[in-house]
Amino acid sequence: MTARPSLIALPLAIGLIASTTAFAQTPGVTPTEIKIGNINPYSGPASAYGTIGKSIGAYFKMVNDQGGINGRKVNYITYDDGYSPPKAVEMARRLVEQDQVALIFQPLGTPSNSAIHKYMNQSKVPQLFVATGATKWNDPKNFPWTMGWQPNYQTEGRIYAAYVLRNVKDAKVGILYQNDDYGKDYLKGFEDGLGDRAKQLIVLRQSYEVTDPTVDSQIVNLKTSGANVFFNITTPKFAVQAIKKSHDIGWKPLHLLNNVSTSLAAVMTPAGTEASKGLVTVLYMKEVTDPQWQGDKGFQDWVAWMKKYYPEGKLDDQFNAYGYNVAKTLEHVLRACGNDLSRENIMRQAASIKDLELPMLLPGIRLNTSATDFAPIEQARLARFDGQGWVLFGDLIASDR
Amino acid sequence: MTTRPGARVLVIAAVAIACALPFLLSNFRLFQFTQVYIYAVALLGLNMLTGYNGQISLGHGAFYALGAYAAAIMMDQWHVPYGWTIPAAGGICLVAGFLFGLPALRLEGLYLALATFSLALATPQILKYFEHWTGGSQGIVLTKPAAPLGLPLNPDQWLYFLALAVLLAAFWLAANLLRGRVGRAIVALRDNHIAARAMGVNGALYKSLTFGVSAAYTGVAGALSAVAIAYVAPDSFNVFLSITLLIGIVVGGLGSISGALYGALFIQFVPNWAQDISKAAPWAIFGVFLILFMYFMPYGIAGAVRRVAARRARSQRAGEAGDAAASVRTTT
Amino acid sequence: MDTFIQQVVSGLATGSIYAALALALVMIYEATEVVNFAQGEMAMFATYVCWALLSAGLPYWGAFGATLALALAGGLLIERVVIQPVENAPVLTIVIVTIGLLVIFNSLAGWIFSYVQKPFPSPFPKEPVRFGDIVIGAHDLGQIGVTLVVLACIFAFFRFTPLGLAMRAAAQNPVSSRLVGIRVGWMLALGWGLAAMFGAVAGMMIAPIVFLDPNMMGGILIYAFAAATLGGFRSPVGAVVGGLIVGVVENLVGTYVRFIGTELKLTVALALIIVVLLVKPSGLFGRAEVRRV
Repeated sequence: MTARPSLIALPLAIGLIASTTAFAQTPGVTPTEIKIGNINPYSGPASAYGTIGKSIGAYFKMVNDQGGINGRKVNYITYDDGYSPPKAVEMARRLVEQDQVALIFQPLGTPSNSAIHKYMNQSKVPQLFVATGATKWNDPKNFPWTMGWQPNYQTEGRIYAAYVLRNVKDAKVGILYQNDDYGKDYLKGFEDGLGDRAKQLIVLRQSYEVTDPTVDSQIVNLKTSGANVFFNITTPKFAVQAIKKSHDIGWKPLHLLNNVSTSLAAVMTPAGTEASKGLVTVLYMKEVTDPQWQGDKGFQDWVAWMKKYYPEGKLDDQFNAYGYNVAKTLEHVLRACGNDLSRENIMRQAASIKDLELPMLLPGIRLNTSATDFAPIEQARLARFDGQGWVLFGDLIASDR
Repeated sequence: MTTRPGARVLVIAAVAIACALPFLLSNFRLFQFTQVYIYAVALLGLNMLTGYNGQISLGHGAFYALGAYAAAIMMDQWHVPYGWTIPAAGGICLVAGFLFGLPALRLEGLYLALATFSLALATPQILKYFEHWTGGSQGIVLTKPAAPLGLPLNPDQWLYFLALAVLLAAFWLAANLLRGRVGRAIVALRDNHIAARAMGVNGALYKSLTFGVSAAYTGVAGALSAVAIAYVAPDSFNVFLSITLLIGIVVGGLGSISGALYGALFIQFVPNWAQDISKAAPWAIFGVFLILFMYFMPYGIAGAVRRVAARRARSQRAGEAGDAAASVRTTT
Repeated sequence: MDTFIQQVVSGLATGSIYAALALALVMIYEATEVVNFAQGEMAMFATYVCWALLSAGLPYWGAFGATLALALAGGLLIERVVIQPVENAPVLTIVIVTIGLLVIFNSLAGWIFSYVQKPFPSPFPKEPVRFGDIVIGAHDLGQIGVTLVVLACIFAFFRFTPLGLAMRAAAQNPVSSRLVGIRVGWMLALGWGLAAMFGAVAGMMIAPIVFLDPNMMGGILIYAFAAATLGGFRSPVGAVVGGLIVGVVENLVGTYVRFIGTELKLTVALALIIVVLLVKPSGLFGRAEVRRV
């Protein structure tokens, strides 16, 4: 009614078309912003892991305060899937199709990641640095858009098996494992590592459910079996029960404890530092309540960051160090992209990490990826609990795929 | 809803709009609406049992899981085309529901609630136990189907129409069942068990059959969801699923067919909105809604809609009577 | 043989956990004819309140006592405010309301206290008790003791006190009770209050073993239901016996029946509930209910 409509419409249309096509080529990216999606369980049975999603948000808040990445602020969008696969699918679609994020970073949980695995690869959206220790995320040939991050459970299981074969004469192994994909993955790695001697060496397997109140009954059975090696695949609360009960009934095997439950504050102290002496585990991160890192610069930086940017997070929660490490990894990849933040380039840079060290990883452990190797962390150290902390021993172990 | 011409027009209009949506909405929204239709079928099933027949089931998630896994195993291990798995899953759940309904005959109210609640709690563990069939905690990964016969629809549009078709069939079937003799018998058994039986209603048969049909509906919904999500795992079928279905029929309206749709819209979209308030909020809000609805809207949204419609009809009739009286007055 | 005894002993310890929560369930059922599906979550929430008091610096027994008082008041309040409006509604309505409470308490606890697992102190010594080769944790022993004390209290209350009699009358025949001057509403409220209190005791006994987190009662609830069903919802003695049986059977089945093993424990509980409800719904110690038509 006022100006001739076409005079306004034409430039508008051109601008719109231009911006949408630019948008389409690098979704989630504008000259001032990069959108990152995340899916975490903030409600439901796995909600204790939700702090990882929050810590990542806190990390990128710091990055933004320090100027962002190549002049762009990070817009971090995280949704709750309640650890339910159908919800994970819905949230992934919401992030990709509605919010138009550049990538989905650190979706958590094997079931959730399995549910969105095909969708992400069909839609050609990076499913980057997934938060699970399952082995299937390292398959660049079939799933070029999916990449893991942490050392996978099977690798760790194999390390324990190798240790037993090398160091224990007449081993009789008893295993306690959580009856789900995490527990079974560890079990498989361990059995594969023992090879054809597995049948002969493993005398008893006992499983438990996350819903069980205690594992006391299983520990009694394991002692009765006469096992002198105990491979303990439990999450922190059950690890405490297992360590305590074994100690109480006077069972003193070589006790191999999985990496998931190595927190001093959450496991060793409640179980009793005396009872925990001699435990052997595999580590790749600095344990946040272990006094040996107090003077370490990386650790101090982490504490400073927690206090400033994530004050409601707990300083004795290892997940918060995990989130810090993994967020730093993404930051490294995004910076390496320069101005080309297309999804293809993001994956390319993620697959070109060379000897990246992170402040909360054990010294000597470096991330490496290539076009055929989508497992960034494949190194670890053995450690033994001496009543005070985890004392590293042996050489750096590099796993063979 | 009755067979008033006005209501029929509304239904036709609603179906027409539903058919038009795939060409107006984004794929993501279509995916969400597909979920709504799937939930609505499941809620129809649960409502049949709990709303109409008064048998409290807190464990319908188990039948949803049974249907989903039946379909998934058929597709994954025996390569059955997905179209056949849906009615097959329904059939399996019909039998399972009927068999569960037999002992359930002896359990009244609270005890049945207790037994079904325990069923819901035990379901994930049972699924994990039969690992050889169910894939254990890893679950079963499926492939999302494309539109058949070369129809010009993308997979999301196709699945939407499939779910819509199943929903319409389910509604039609339920309406016929529940508005006729069978429906009256079922409701009579709920309201006064002994009187109903004295009137010749075969309590045992009807109650077990209701259980079976209700399970079949929920199983069909489960099978559809396996096809739409293309993945099944025990974590998808825990006790919160059963509680969610319960919330759906309470909010939608116990003992109402249209309530299934209102309830499904509620359980699909409210958690997403609630997330924006607080990440922990969705379930707290659900709980509050459950309690408030029991106080103020025990017949759910469908009941409230019905009351409003009835009130308007009454005032309309009163108005007409007033007009008639007035016209009589003026002519004399 | 040693293993057998040890498994039985461990089973008794676990069973006392189920029994503790089952007692609260029985308490409410006896007083109000309602199965409170939210009992576990209320117990969990009360335990968090205790934890908050302990974090604020109160000594253990001070926090324990304060929590009991708060739980009593809380239960009373919930009955008067939340349950009373639907007191006379059909069973389904009340079930739905208690499910609503379950969900609210669960998410409230997660919201306020976060989902990180917290260790919870035990008032009993850390060193286990030994009888020859058999070992039982001091806390487990203490828990069994506390459960028996609670059982004795409930039993005595209902059997020997006028108030207990009034409560039972109010639950079974509200109309007649009012006629003889019993304030039915407050009896029901008191029933909820006492049940909440005993639930809090259960929670504070359970938490040191299973660790405090919003989902801690989730696994235990089904076993508590099984215990109460087995023993009889009207019998406090039955709840305890039921709980101990469930705990022992669970352990023995897990040890000696290989094909079930430890992977079907919940199913065993479920099967137990269904079988008992079908065969003898009033449980081992309950009397069959006769309802007038």
